[in-house]
Amino acid sequence: MSSDSANAQPAPGGFLGWLDKRFPVIDTWNEHLAQYYAPKNMGFWAFFGSLALVVLVLQIVTGLFLAMSYKPSATEAFASVEYIMRDVDWGWLIRYMHSTGASFFFILVYLHMFRGLMWGSYKKPRELLWMIGVVIYLAMMATAFFGYLLPWGQMSYWGAQVIVNLFSAVPGIGESLSTWVRGDYVISDATLNRFYAFHFLLPFILVGLVFVHIVALHRVGSTNPDGIEIKKGPKGNKWSDTAPADGIPFHPYYTVKDIMGLVAFAAIFSAVVFFTPDFHHLFLEAPNFQPADPLKTPPHIAPVWYFTPYYAMLRAVPPIAASQFPGVVVMFAAILILFFLPWLDRSPVRSMRYKGILSKIFLAAFAVSFVVLAYLGLQPASELHTLLSQIFTVVYFSFFLLMPIYTKLEKTKPVPERVTT
Amino acid sequence: MDQPADPKRRRTLIAATSALGAVGVGFVAVPFIASMNPSAKARAAGAPVQADVSKLEDGALLRVKYRGQPVWIVNRTDKMLAALPTNDPKLVDPNSTVPHQPEYCQNPTRSIKPKYFVAIGICTHLGCSPTYRPEFAPDDLGPDWKGGWHCPCHGSKFDLAGRVLKNVPAPTNLWVPKYQYINDTTILIGEDKGAA
Repeated sequence: MSSDSANAQPAPGGFLGWLDKRFPVIDTWNEHLAQYYAPKNMGFWAFFGSLALVVLVLQIVTGLFLAMSYKPSATEAFASVEYIMRDVDWGWLIRYMHSTGASFFFILVYLHMFRGLMWGSYKKPRELLWMIGVVIYLAMMATAFFGYLLPWGQMSYWGAQVIVNLFSAVPGIGESLSTWVRGDYVISDATLNRFYAFHFLLPFILVGLVFVHIVALHRVGSTNPDGIEIKKGPKGNKWSDTAPADGIPFHPYYTVKDIMGLVAFAAIFSAVVFFTPDFHHLFLEAPNFQPADPLKTPPHIAPVWYFTPYYAMLRAVPPIAASQFPGVVVMFAAILILFFLPWLDRSPVRSMRYKGILSKIFLAAFAVSFVVLAYLGLQPASELHTLLSQIFTVVYFSFFLLMPIYTKLEKTKPVPERVTT
Repeated sequence: MDQPADPKRRRTLIAATSALGAVGVGFVAVPFIASMNPSAKARAAGAPVQADVSKLEDGALLRVKYRGQPVWIVNRTDKMLAALPTNDPKLVDPNSTVPHQPEYCQNPTRSIKPKYFVAIGICTHLGCSPTYRPEFAPDDLGPDWKGGWHCPCHGSKFDLAGRVLKNVPAPTNLWVPKYQYINDTTILIGEDKGAA
């Protein structure tokens, strides 16, 4: 931003002045924090984006220190994780922070996405912001998948075996594609090495994507539980005559609020790290305490909880024409359909507060189906579970596919002029 | 050089340069993508392995590692063999028409000698190694179960000839590798020269 704007201040002297002549410190600070006006009514649900950012940093820092003691080789990987746990000073804490952080990252992002669904954060003009978010989610899943092989336990090995074999379901090129991904005919040392390389790289790509996500957010502005565009409302607040009347500076108001949220989050996070790091075998699965054995699949395998909704969908679809490809397509479609959400929602209003009863029912059914599918994906395969998975897969997709119909049909409530509290 | 800029000419040159650049990037990508294929060492690692079945008890299963994958050898009892044809109506491909076995194993028992069954112990669905369930009519698999394999990952079922049952995620029968008998009780997995 140029310095001749209305609220320009005299150029500072001293070190800050020296620096600001060479790098736009003050302008950047103002544009993204001190003079970024966020709606004053963002409540509880606005915590999760900034918390997810904190956990991303935590994962990178703990991951860097784990990498100093970990050995990405089929013969040494499992032992080196035990070495970190037993022999490296505080290694157990760093590893548990990393493994717990992975699960909490997904918890926070799922809550962040659910917030987006409630507030209609994907609707015009935030389509691109939402889509960048979906790319972040995909990159997160890839990172988590690569990382899960590294301990080289039974679940690491067989989980990777199943997921990589998804590629071999692609008609025609499938077999050579999955061999190319593995770098071998089976999951092996070569696979472990490349997964480690990607697991190290992807978090930095995530940082880049998060940067783009925030830049896009600050272009269109934050939305709020009312789904009201504060930029279109009256102007003028305590800090600026041109800023939206319903906006407050992100710093110090939301920085302080988010720090408060961080304190509460850190308490919960620490409780898990110290008291139940495996979280009843949800965050760290029992078979992963055994070294990988290529000859024997554990009696019950399931991915980590944050992948299980999609895993349940994969199992729900029977093979068609002697090919499991349809199941794979359904599984990926469940994620990729998120990209189309901005155009599926035909409602004239943004927030769930002012949408009709149908939207509320479908959103609730969607949330329930996601949780039930996550549960089913953790359970052993059985006829009842398959049937339930099929039912809830249909519920999951109907939220999206019927959206153009029910958002048009239902009667919406009038949206107020100004944000409510 | 004196002539004024010709925008059309300029656009053509930009397009040609970009296209050539893209081709260059494509060529440079080849070694990087190819480097992710199995290395020469991994390709060479498929040496055949021997298995001694003389001490294999009736109904028992032996796991051998071949190309990093589990290969099963089962010593099938007469009761097991007698039950195989009765499975036929429940199977997707009872006559093994899908070529997931060498020609000499496309027979009712899918083996060279009926007694010994050799198969790659990898589910044709998504590559888990199914669990050996030789018992007849166990509680969890129902009264019609006449021995076979149950995949813990997604519930696929195979009979004792590695043939897939209907209505399970796995689309095809288990793979039978190339193998031959070196003598009465020694099997060489991965090579079938001179075998029939």
